[in-house]
Amino acid sequence: MSQTNTAETAGGSFKGSLLRAGGHTNVQLGVICLLILVVMTALRPQMFLSSYNFESMAFFMPELGILSVAMMIAMLTGGIDLSIVGVANLAGITAGTVFGYVAGEAGAGSLGVAPVILGVGVGLLVGVLAGLLNGLLISGLKITPILATLGTGQVFIGLCLVLTGGPAIVGFPSAWNWLGNGKIAAIPVPLVLFVVLCVALSLLLSRTSFGLRLKMIGTNPKAAVYTGIERGRMIIWSYMLTGGLAAMAGILLSARTNAAKSDYGASYLLQAVLIAVLGGTNPAGGKGNVLGVALAVISLTLLSSGFQMMRVSNHLIDFVWGAFLIAVIAINSFRGRKAR
Amino acid sequence: MKLFGSADAIIALILVVAMVLIGLINPAFWQLSNIFSLLKSNVVIGLMALGVLLVMISGGIDVSFTAFAVAGMYLVVRSMVALDYDGVILPFLAATLIGGLLGLMNAGIIHKFNMIPLIVTLGTASVVRGLVLGLVGTSNVNINQMPDALIAFGRTDILTLERANGTTFGLTAMIVIYIAVAVGIHLVLTRTMIGRSVYAYGADAEAAKRVGFNTGRTMIFVYCTAGALAGFAGLLHSSMIWLANPRDFVGLELDVIAAVVLGGASIFGGRGTVLGTVLGVFILVMIQNSLILMGIDTTWQRVVVGGMLIAAVAVTALRDRRAPV
Repeated sequence: MSQTNTAETAGGSFKGSLLRAGGHTNVQLGVICLLILVVMTALRPQMFLSSYNFESMAFFMPELGILSVAMMIAMLTGGIDLSIVGVANLAGITAGTVFGYVAGEAGAGSLGVAPVILGVGVGLLVGVLAGLLNGLLISGLKITPILATLGTGQVFIGLCLVLTGGPAIVGFPSAWNWLGNGKIAAIPVPLVLFVVLCVALSLLLSRTSFGLRLKMIGTNPKAAVYTGIERGRMIIWSYMLTGGLAAMAGILLSARTNAAKSDYGASYLLQAVLIAVLGGTNPAGGKGNVLGVALAVISLTLLSSGFQMMRVSNHLIDFVWGAFLIAVIAINSFRGRKAR
Repeated sequence: MKLFGSADAIIALILVVAMVLIGLINPAFWQLSNIFSLLKSNVVIGLMALGVLLVMISGGIDVSFTAFAVAGMYLVVRSMVALDYDGVILPFLAATLIGGLLGLMNAGIIHKFNMIPLIVTLGTASVVRGLVLGLVGTSNVNINQMPDALIAFGRTDILTLERANGTTFGLTAMIVIYIAVAVGIHLVLTRTMIGRSVYAYGADAEAAKRVGFNTGRTMIFVYCTAGALAGFAGLLHSSMIWLANPRDFVGLELDVIAAVVLGGASIFGGRGTVLGTVLGVFILVMIQNSLILMGIDTTWQRVVVGGMLIAAVAVTALRDRRAPV
């Protein structure tokens, strides 16, 4: 569906094609965003609308956003990646270990820009290799994505434990921390990175044959093979992309908190699945767009920030996330039934 | 012999080879006290695995049972403390019931909305854990508050032996419960209509429906049993460790799923046996517990479990490709 839409609007404005790629789901999500914004503002006007609140959201939202986009890409081919949080932590920890070696006695805080670029490179490499492993297991050995990534996720978290011995790695170079806490012209760096990634990925998915082929694999695997798509290779590429994105999120997480640990962000996994599904991604494959996921992550960030302001316990927020996921499933199911 | 299918025989063989290898590295493995403690560690994971086995045979996957186990355990122990009630049978019935009702919620959502079980159970797990921790409490019920009857029940042994130095060790009586439940599920799966319908549903849900199975009832049976077993196992766990911790079992779902896959069940449904699962659980628990005996650092434990899961699913994937159902 979305492929034909995108093809038709090839001449149209970029924004137009972005909106149309998700259809009315994105419009709905936009409305939900506004609604949450209005309700939260009405309940806690002083706190919610403060620039401080928006700034802090802009710093921590991108990690979750990138993980959700990564999950969406895995779901496009009808798969799922349960190892993203493991990959993210492994990337941060590997980079931290590298900094430790490079800096030696002086301490990682004194390192300059060059080692940080090396660290980013190593982190992303770890992510892409982890994704390659996932892709090979899934397309080469024909293991179900759920079990393959459940197993590799465990291995990645295990490697984090082996590398750190348990406690967190603390003290990253200041240039690394700039990635998570810095600003470019008053805009938080993570937000800039998130927006750039979203635009790039959305172009990749809607304007290139790569994106089109990924969606076709998810829509109808058999037909995709008959049209000459090399399914195995495409799946490996898609998991490598997912792994690289997860590593990016891990880099931002460790840069923002100035620490890396094997069990950071454990609750992000469920949230990434929820946001991907909420953003109009079909877990059975074939449907998904970046704008939808971005809108979903914004609305959920607004929601949880509002709850925190009303002093709702973190556990009850977990409950709300889970209930939200089930509600979305139910609504999608009713809508699907009506469409039929 | 009908008891050992070819797949179960291979798993049993792997188990024997692993036992011999571990025994060669460290003969302490064969001490009766070690074997008894291994069997004890099997009980809770094994009971949960039997539930997951049902779900996997039906072609689904369940990651919510650990949350249900926490709900069953913590709600019951907290109410026992609050009511100052001391007993065994009623609490276990209540925990089983709580798990079963939560399982009913899974079955309803999965069947009614025709939604991928993984995503549904991720959601319900978060809902249940969030409610228990957010509304009921986050503090442990420690040994000094734990109901005495539960502790006494958990430490019952069916066999007590004496070491050379005079201290005693025993084989927990809970193993009897585990074996009884395993035999019960085996009989239900192989001898009853509802059991066969689970295999039929897992092999081909549409075909099962057309043959005349009431697939809604099958789903309710599968997820309620899985939930009930989890609730029961949760309370049993706390009575065996004399502690009720509402943050318990986090991440255990992976170990249990790994054990069931190790036991030869296929995630695509339609395949899996109770005997295979029991053996799979034993292999997993044995290797986890023997890492220290083998002189391997415990930080490697998760790598080993993950690696075992990948190896097991790779083997089952190859098998499924060779013999398509």
